[in-house]
Amino acid sequence: MDLGPFLVLATLEGLLQAAVLTLIALGLSLVFGVMRIVNVAHGEFYMLGAVIAWFVASLLSLHPAVGFFLALVISPLLVGLVAYASERLILKRLKYDPEATIVATIGMLYVIQQVVLIGFGPDARPVEAPFYYRIRLPWFGYSAYNLFVMAAAVVLLIGCWYILTRTRLGLIMRATQFDSETAQAFGIPVDKVYGYVFAAGAMLAAVAAVLIVPIRQAHYLMGLDPLLLSFIVVIIGGLGSLRGTVVAALIIGLSDGIISVFFSPTLAKMLSTLLVALVLVFKPEGLFGAKAR
Amino acid sequence: MRQHSAFKVVGLHLAVIVLFFLAQFVLPEYHHLAVTRVMILAIFALGYNLLFGYTGLLSLGHALFFAAGLYGAGLTAFHLGWSVPAAFAAGVGAGFFASLVIGVVALRTSGVAFMIVTMMFSQVAYLASLYFTTYTRGEEGLVMPEAARHFDLFGVTFSLTDPSLRYNIALLLLAVTLIVILIVVRGPMGRVLIAIRENEPRTLMLGYNTFLIKLKAFVISGTISSVAGAAYALLFAYVGSSFASIQYSIEALLFTLLGGAGTVLGPILGTFAMFYLIDIVSGFTVAYLLVTGIALIALVLFFPKGILGTIRERWMTWLP
Repeated sequence: MDLGPFLVLATLEGLLQAAVLTLIALGLSLVFGVMRIVNVAHGEFYMLGAVIAWFVASLLSLHPAVGFFLALVISPLLVGLVAYASERLILKRLKYDPEATIVATIGMLYVIQQVVLIGFGPDARPVEAPFYYRIRLPWFGYSAYNLFVMAAAVVLLIGCWYILTRTRLGLIMRATQFDSETAQAFGIPVDKVYGYVFAAGAMLAAVAAVLIVPIRQAHYLMGLDPLLLSFIVVIIGGLGSLRGTVVAALIIGLSDGIISVFFSPTLAKMLSTLLVALVLVFKPEGLFGAKAR
Repeated sequence: MRQHSAFKVVGLHLAVIVLFFLAQFVLPEYHHLAVTRVMILAIFALGYNLLFGYTGLLSLGHALFFAAGLYGAGLTAFHLGWSVPAAFAAGVGAGFFASLVIGVVALRTSGVAFMIVTMMFSQVAYLASLYFTTYTRGEEGLVMPEAARHFDLFGVTFSLTDPSLRYNIALLLLAVTLIVILIVVRGPMGRVLIAIRENEPRTLMLGYNTFLIKLKAFVISGTISSVAGAAYALLFAYVGSSFASIQYSIEALLFTLLGGAGTVLGPILGTFAMFYLIDIVSGFTVAYLLVTGIALIALVLFFPKGILGTIRERWMTWLP
């Protein structure tokens, strides 16, 4: 293949990566922005979403499309429930102390991962895509489902943007993020908001997982890479900034896709991780975020 | 009173060392090896505790320093054919430089950013150990050559395949580490470290250069971790990428939390308890890391001071 088509393929892969990454990172960013805690278990909610999708799709033995869309509803709901329960039972009791919550979410990471290992096993398992259609490009065929994932991500992002900026719910979340004490004084049930935001963040990761699971299989260790990547995205984009998160996810997703095609993926990860560590040290507000108050 | 408590402190720590020394004569073979391993990992946890327990800096990247020692010793012994003492020194030197450089950069941040930055640096090191697979053999790892299994010192040949020698080398290193930590913690530096942990702006206001003192603690902590790594590579003759993974950093944290962060003997107790807990559980299930997760959650929720921290609070207030 010539360089041109190669680049087209790399860009498409990068866009797919970016689409999924944006959703996951948005969940992480939302939780950090509103609650000021780093959720290390975020990647495991993503993994749990994929595994539940597999259970829904394979145990009900329906038509693949029905199974998939059922999974798209059930899996985020269940993951949201797990996240809500763990927030109420663990994080709330720790009073959201930054160090204690990090340790606790590391613990949650292991618990979720190992419980899945017991219940689901160590194998990678595929979920059937809801439809098969290959778009014939002049140089290679490309699965239409991949394009569907990108479109779905865009729709979800617009939905999130709308909720956050144009609805009363979004106003409440933004008020809590801006100043939780004043929000409390104005009668906003900050405590409840925390619980729901944590669940919503996990649900975003789960939706991303259901979308991607027909392309990449469900596996109990699949959560770690997206976790690190979404850390990178959230830090580069500026913690708690929606626009920054989307831009950074596009940059990271695309560059990761393209660099991985031409160079070793390990090298690509090494360089981006190092870059991010340095960004966090020398420009902690992120490349796009506003200066911290 | 102070004289009296100093006497108790020295006595207690001496007793711990003597207990470990005597244990080798009664332990069956399997536990003999296990305790050797526990002692090396305890050195790692002791180093971690100096930074986390005493200075209040939660690092999620200490596997990097363990790995610096591991690879510093392992690679020089494997590829350059260095003798055991030289390779050990290379490992510790690598850990010293790694902690100095990373300390200077990472200590510009604090709080959550510090945790993430240390984790990211450690992840870079882990990926590097995979990337340079020609030299490190990645996850598969290197097995030390026969030449690195024995060394001459003062005209005597020591063979590292001898379990009882390995046990006593590990014990010697543990004892030296314990003494270093005791001196640091009970000396003036330890008091400033605790002051930084409790209230950094006030310590700064009192005229201490907190950055420099934190850097010192970081370097001592990293170097001690690399001592554990270098010893692990040479004593157990294996060097692999998994020792650089995030999970290893978390283990140091877990050992410290369980035993009691900010107590001198806590990490040793924590390592011992956790090692045997995991050893028992892995007999029943492959998902033994479940114990790690539950332990972490339970510790922060119900038991934030750890075993020795609680004992110190209730009964033995003189415990360092």
